[in-house]
Amino acid sequence: MVAAIKNPGWWRGLFGAIAFGAFGFGLVIALRAISDLPLYQTEQTGYPHVIVPAITAPLGFLWGFGCFDYWLRWAAGMPTIPEDHSQHGAKSWKDYFRFNTDHKVIGVQYVVTTFIFFFLGGLMAMLIRAELAQPGTQIVEAATYNSLFSTHAVLMIFVFVIPVFAGLANYVLPLMIGAPDMAFPRLNALSFWMLPLAGILFIGSFLAPGGAFDAGWTGYAPLSTGAPLGQSFFNLGVQFAGASSIATALNFLVTIITMRAPGMTFWRMPLLVWANLSTSLLVVAATPFIAGVQFMVLFDRALHTNFFDFGAGGDVISYQHIFWFYSHPAVYIMMLPGFGIVSEVISTHARKPIFGYRLMALALIGIVVLSYSVWAHHMFVAGMFSWLRVPMMITTLLIAVPTGIKIFSWLGTLYFGKIHTYSTAMLFALAFIVTFTIGGISGVMLGMVPIDIHVSDTYFIVAHIHFVLFGGSVFTIFAGVYHWFPKMTGRMYDEKLGRVHFWGTLVGTWGTFIPMHWVGMDGMPRRVADYAAQFGDWNLLISAFAFLLGAVQLVFVYNMVVSWRFGPKAGANPWRANSIEWQVSSPPPIFNFTEIPRVVGGPYEYGIPGAKHAIMAGEGTEAEVPAGEKSVVGTGS
Amino acid sequence: MYGRLPIVKMLLVTIASTVVISAVMVQINWDGQQASTAAPKIDHLLNVMIVLSAFVFSLVMVMLFYALWKFKAKPGDESDGEPIHGNTRLEIAWTLIPTIIVLFAGGYSWKVLDEIENPKDGALTVSVFSQQYAWSFAYPGKEYAWSEGELHVPVDRQVVFKMHALDVIHSFWVPEWRIKKDNVPGITTKAIVTPDKEGTYQLVCTELCGFGHATMRAKVVVESRAKFNKWVDGLDQKLPEPMMKVLEDTTTENPPALGAGGA
Repeated sequence: MVAAIKNPGWWRGLFGAIAFGAFGFGLVIALRAISDLPLYQTEQTGYPHVIVPAITAPLGFLWGFGCFDYWLRWAAGMPTIPEDHSQHGAKSWKDYFRFNTDHKVIGVQYVVTTFIFFFLGGLMAMLIRAELAQPGTQIVEAATYNSLFSTHAVLMIFVFVIPVFAGLANYVLPLMIGAPDMAFPRLNALSFWMLPLAGILFIGSFLAPGGAFDAGWTGYAPLSTGAPLGQSFFNLGVQFAGASSIATALNFLVTIITMRAPGMTFWRMPLLVWANLSTSLLVVAATPFIAGVQFMVLFDRALHTNFFDFGAGGDVISYQHIFWFYSHPAVYIMMLPGFGIVSEVISTHARKPIFGYRLMALALIGIVVLSYSVWAHHMFVAGMFSWLRVPMMITTLLIAVPTGIKIFSWLGTLYFGKIHTYSTAMLFALAFIVTFTIGGISGVMLGMVPIDIHVSDTYFIVAHIHFVLFGGSVFTIFAGVYHWFPKMTGRMYDEKLGRVHFWGTLVGTWGTFIPMHWVGMDGMPRRVADYAAQFGDWNLLISAFAFLLGAVQLVFVYNMVVSWRFGPKAGANPWRANSIEWQVSSPPPIFNFTEIPRVVGGPYEYGIPGAKHAIMAGEGTEAEVPAGEKSVVGTGS
Repeated sequence: MYGRLPIVKMLLVTIASTVVISAVMVQINWDGQQASTAAPKIDHLLNVMIVLSAFVFSLVMVMLFYALWKFKAKPGDESDGEPIHGNTRLEIAWTLIPTIIVLFAGGYSWKVLDEIENPKDGALTVSVFSQQYAWSFAYPGKEYAWSEGELHVPVDRQVVFKMHALDVIHSFWVPEWRIKKDNVPGITTKAIVTPDKEGTYQLVCTELCGFGHATMRAKVVVESRAKFNKWVDGLDQKLPEPMMKVLEDTTTENPPALGAGGA
């Protein structure tokens, strides 16, 4: 028992959480006692004896779990434990439940954890659709309904879509650039372990007096500053999820910039690497804004700082400006990695180089730059300065241009190729082009101020965001999971079940989200538990398709779990792809490469006789390199 | 090599599909009944967008399905496609053409925006007050005669709504008018509407404001000038004290009109 507490792990983590939590609680009570205040402050925005432990207990867990051990020893001048790679790689399933610094283990940890949150958020969506199947309130009362859709959105955004991309990239990106690991493996592990803590805070808010946070995922002040205790859990959960994303983004930036294999110039990077470079640029600069604004809300609630208190000189609309200055770039944080996945999948399965590779990379950078200048299009009816609407409209519409370039380039990649559709990954990538085009079109309509004035805050918005986030991001996530499943697990999944999952998801997505456009334009506002009877039939139909969409995800779970355990063994390169991760075994060896590969050409040189992307260990001789390099230099010429 | 593609046929199918989709979709009255001068303008803008969108959507679909039909690999074919890396002219075209389309959409939207928000002389001013979970309205011309839960306005006269929220953000939306504006605590927001059809409508709150959000509604009556004047004269309540205070506290107008000092 003593040893269990002494060594980092779950027991010391539990001990740390309890000890740090008790310290936070005791500190609050002691300070209140010496200040002659009532020990427990239970106004709904107060509860310092809950908020402070909710900060210290997760930190205590991270300490106990061993996330800080190396750094603390170093900072304290103690002898650091020499790296014996005991925290690297996974020999059994138990190693996935430890503090592990191997990017491949962390990648799997990320993907599995985020999918658990995906299914919890999905269950909430099912409850929401059950309530909305009929006008009137049947299943949950209005306040609980508000908590449900708020938590649904927060789980999906902060602990599913954003981190699952970080997880997929964690696994494949170092392999793709020929690096043995990420630049900062310990920081990488810390980033992962902050994520479940964020999820637990979000879900734990259901236990708070007054219920889970219910001001929407947007948490607009002053509704959020006056909301019950659950809102504080949201404010804190965002800190952990945000810190996790920022640390991961820094890690990706340093890894991509400094750890590419010899010969991998920027113009030889696979587009998935470009996509994660762009995403990370967005995360490091934008995420501090949401972290800041949620602290401001927390301080308004607990410390009466009055940032957004209109009666005390605060400014209500400034919340929305700061929030959207993060949350619009966040839309691209949730989409750019998916663009990268789709590029890899389409090029591989069409057996063709990416059409217009350099313009594809530049379009990503264009989106990064433009996405910082469009945030106020979420506020066309918010009462902000009216002249600001026109420039924001123009930049918003212009962002359709780089996005359009990507769509047309994927289509161009298909032409004169040999398109294979046996892989479920390719089906999802192709369907993504269709659904994302529709989501893009409704996005352009929303960017036009007069149309937005009518449909803002209606079901049209709900339809649009689900078309881009489900039909867009989630389709690319499925494509990525199916595509790299053989690499990650060393086994093949069942393509027949994959097809059932694909077609069910496609029909479910369209059936659920297309009619939402119509009821929204016709007058149904969003975020309502009850609605006018005239929308009843459409909502029943929407709910029916939503249940289909939910049910068919079980096929996906079954396929993944059973194939991981019993699927046929996968070879190193089942898709006959060119990029480096497919040139090593499935799953790859512990430090990825026995010898760092040398990159001699572009990543998508399909159809060029003798072209090579990289020379792996034991392959080729010095004499052969120049010839290979010569034949494959150009892209996009 | 693009000569090998039936570009003319693909374009013809795209145009045919655009025509069919547009013809069907423009017929449908998506936004519901029109009851203000802004409504036909916004609906027309939507129809223009539907035609442009139908073209873009058709183009993508024709390009995608032709490729899937024509370039699908035969079973067992393990060869690669042709190593085409790009085509500069094509890439310039699909950068420039969408830019032109969206700039047109932006310019047209700006024009419509100016038209629907153009202030006229002789407009009626109505103060709107929102709070969890009720609407009320005051008529400054009648020394703040006050109506709770029922808004009356005359037909064919421009109305300027000056909006105030007492607790959290609410949003004022009459779908038939196509006009929406948030009511924000601490500032006065403004919306301009010219109702042009008599009838009874519903005012819907569209900004999440708490557990009663879904049922925060008010009745809107658009009636002849005579009936309206009679109704206002019949109001016997004066504006309650807390709302009077909000009016006095938030005299500055936010947002200022375009070109009127604020721009």
